[in-house]
Amino acid sequence: MSKPKIALYWCASCGGCEESVVDLAEDILQVAEAVDIVFWPVALDFKYEDIEKMADGEITATLINGAIRLDNQEHAAKLLRKKSRLIIAHGSCAHLGGVVGLANFYERRDILNRAYKEVPTVKNPQGILPEIKTKESGRELNLSGFHKTVKTLDQVIEVDYYLPGCPPTPELIKNAILAILNDELPPKGSVLAEKKALCNTCSRRESKPDKVRIKEFKRLYEIQWDATRCFLDQGIICFGPATRGGCEERCIKANMPCRGCFGPTDNVRDQGAKFLSALASIIDSKDEKELEKIADSIPDPAGLFYRYSLASSILRGKIGTV
Amino acid sequence: MSSFEPKIIGFLCNWCSYEGADSCGRARKEYPSNFVVIRVMCSGRIDPQFILEAFKDGADGVMILGCHPGDCHYKEGNFNALRRYTLLKKMLKQFGIEEDRVKLDWVSASEGDKFVRVVSEMVEKVRVMGPLMLIQKKQLKNHREHRGNL
Ligand code: SF4
Ligand code: FES
Repeated sequence: MSKPKIALYWCASCGGCEESVVDLAEDILQVAEAVDIVFWPVALDFKYEDIEKMADGEITATLINGAIRLDNQEHAAKLLRKKSRLIIAHGSCAHLGGVVGLANFYERRDILNRAYKEVPTVKNPQGILPEIKTKESGRELNLSGFHKTVKTLDQVIEVDYYLPGCPPTPELIKNAILAILNDELPPKGSVLAEKKALCNTCSRRESKPDKVRIKEFKRLYEIQWDATRCFLDQGIICFGPATRGGCEERCIKANMPCRGCFGPTDNVRDQGAKFLSALASIIDSKDEKELEKIADSIPDPAGLFYRYSLASSILRGKIGTV
Repeated sequence: MSSFEPKIIGFLCNWCSYEGADSCGRARKEYPSNFVVIRVMCSGRIDPQFILEAFKDGADGVMILGCHPGDCHYKEGNFNALRRYTLLKKMLKQFGIEEDRVKLDWVSASEGDKFVRVVSEMVEKVRVMGPLMLIQKKQLKNHREHRGNL
């Protein structure tokens, strides 16, 4: 019997998710033994044509990381959807839009102007911007179209499972692959990590009081922090209460508060709104003026609450751009 | 003159503000029909997700009306509403939703007149601001996403 076929692909991402596969370390050998990797542009030399030639559904599972912003990303995602039995959104960007999804706070025109004209390290005296078709010395150059907004993978194709995280832990990836191979997958649409919020498993949870009450939000560098005490209780914003667990607390262990890359728990639609609620409820004030002042101590609330989930949120981005 | 009629969604707490609206109705007082009421048990029950959904589905403004401070039937619910509202207003600005499109106020069961006043003021304010752009977007919904060259 031939081995199950697995494909990996990347869209608008930083490469960290690819790295998370490499971080399987020795386990990757075990995986490589059990499956045939038929497509993995970062590591192996296969072409789109190789995929096109395959029968529909021939690939057992494809892990796609990154959000969708370019024509070619959408095209590849659709092609892989056709050829794969299972599509797994790999990492925060494919799952929720990720950090790249924050671009939905800006218009496409402004993004291109910034990147190609205004950035101090860019020299572009003619003000040339990328075009889909460019004529150059009698030849035509083609570039992928740059969409108006960033989309999550499931806004473009049907997704069967989600591997959350920026990036997902090697452990979660390994478990997902094993579950595929052993046919032990949970119901379609599941997020393959903890069900409960991070606070439930956090090593600092003992020091989290039942009712956290804070008057002022502080940054790590502004205080004498205690590396064992709950961040929230120290006045440092931590998104553990509104973020799915399963990340092995990589940030907390490095004394950084949670920023929500694992996304919301199962019944929450909009992670940012949930963060906002959770945070508001611990502010220790009933006075309008004082509340305004405390709110002002968060310089960029939208960017903070939607750090990883803007593209998947209810509003999806700034009005007028989406 | 534009013929724009704003749509305002109002979340009213069951015990004070909804009663207040009712008393205004019983007294045959008029208030703008632009105001669509959703009754909730307490202003503290209003998840910010409800407000975002309202905007997404075409509201030009959202009002939250609850019991006066100290009068909430669940003690602290309205203070929680106030805390969320303060943060939410600030955050919505970054989404391009002006602060004046969300408004929290306190209306007691006996304040039918205040209910009429705050609702009318809200409707007028939003009328002047004009429609939220999201609505235009809804009309363009079937329009294939624009892409390609600038
Ligand atoms: S708020 Fe953060 S530090 Fe505190 S228990 Fe939750 S995850 Fe841990
Ligand atoms: S019951 Fe009216 S605000 Fe809580």
